[in-house]
Amino acid sequence: MEKYYATSHEWAMQVDDQHVRVGISDYAQKALGDIVFLSTHEVGDTVSFGERFGDVESVKAVSELLSPVDGVVSKVNTDLEDKPELLNEDPLNIWIIEVEGQLDTTRLMSEEAYLALDKDH
Amino acid sequence: MKTTPLTNWHQDHAGNMVDFGGFWMPLHYAKGIIHEHHTVREKVGLFDVSHMGEFILKGPDALSNLQYLVSNDFTDLQIGKARYGILVREDGSSVDDLLIYKTHEDRYLIVVNAANIEKDETYFRAQLTGNVNFENISETIGQIAVQGPMADTLFKRFSDLELSYYGFQDEVMINDMQVLVSRTGYTGEDGYEIYCKAEDTVKLWELFMTSGEDLGVEACGLGCRDTLRLEAAMPLFGHELNDETTPLEAGLSMFVKLDKEHFIAKEALSNKPLRRRIGLTLTDRGIAREGSDVYCEGEWVGKVTSGTKSPSLNQAIAMAMVKAEYFKVEDFEIDVRGKRLKAVRVKLPFYKRQGAK
Repeated sequence: MEKYYATSHEWAMQVDDQHVRVGISDYAQKALGDIVFLSTHEVGDTVSFGERFGDVESVKAVSELLSPVDGVVSKVNTDLEDKPELLNEDPLNIWIIEVEGQLDTTRLMSEEAYLALDKDH
Repeated sequence: MKTTPLTNWHQDHAGNMVDFGGFWMPLHYAKGIIHEHHTVREKVGLFDVSHMGEFILKGPDALSNLQYLVSNDFTDLQIGKARYGILVREDGSSVDDLLIYKTHEDRYLIVVNAANIEKDETYFRAQLTGNVNFENISETIGQIAVQGPMADTLFKRFSDLELSYYGFQDEVMINDMQVLVSRTGYTGEDGYEIYCKAEDTVKLWELFMTSGEDLGVEACGLGCRDTLRLEAAMPLFGHELNDETTPLEAGLSMFVKLDKEHFIAKEALSNKPLRRRIGLTLTDRGIAREGSDVYCEGEWVGKVTSGTKSPSLNQAIAMAMVKAEYFKVEDFEIDVRGKRLKAVRVKLPFYKRQGAK
């Protein structure tokens, strides 16, 4: 399945006809530095496109996680509770939440377009 | 943006550069803050601290001026020893915290925070009286901190100088470079701070980097300098201390001597502080940050001044300034973005190295 990206550096991927997984880009984990804590909405909570669904914290700073999809949280990756550093190690394979919903790719960028984006400006 | 002699070196070695007190400084290098933090706790790290300011105060009235303006007592400070103190105003508020080195009779080297260089210079110049000469030599001086359990091993490769804690020696030769070496630091580990001529800074840095390779030496940025000093509960100006805080509120009473005959803040600091610095660890999941509100049984009692997840303790820690009557209370709550997280007061420092006093 293909990943699509938000300008706020989250990725989203439709994993079956009802579920979308959400993570952060390699650029995001690099910019954050060592990730030490993650808090997210819980299973059953509603998420909306562009709205905060949690926070990711590095040693120095807190960043909001913005949802790239509308829907209801169906799973939270509990591995990240004790090992948030997994997001630094393998950001493209580690999802943060799974959302029951449909990806609207018209509001997101393809991987190619995201990688070509000038992110420092 | 101001630079140090090592700014180019940092940029050439994957330094993640940030504005710190008007200086373009490395927050961390490629391996990140946590790796650098552990390097200093377990091996040895090098810090570029050339952004710090240096003043020379000399003349027959140098000591009486220090006695008047700085919180500590320097009358019994020996040549070759450094002492910490807080530069204060008449109302007891802090202008800066300083390290004062007695280099000769009637001559002192004063080391100040980078962001406060101009403010401190203005304050000293306005306050100094009598036969005394003040000079700001910040731009001619580079400074490298060598910190960690292997720091002494690394330093001894260049010198057989034996220094006790807070001892220093001027005019030490490291190869062809003349430096001032001080057994001080800001990490809670053993180590040295080496002051050199600005033009020697890169050469001195590369010498230690190369020589210390077998010891695991690494360049370390300001990110881990902050987590290291926070674990060691050392105050950082702009956080635990600021222009509105007295040294007593910041818990620095051991560096405040009120039995001096003439001291600008003698009266103000004779009163009991209204606020106190405390240490907290979070028992709920989450991390408190600077500015987070602190509550006790639902009542607002103060604010977090510094907070992070401690890499050494693997636990969220924070220092906070609370109303003095809550100084001995055990249980607090900290508001972290709308959630009240439980925290308990702990004795400072959070971290103490093995064998430390």
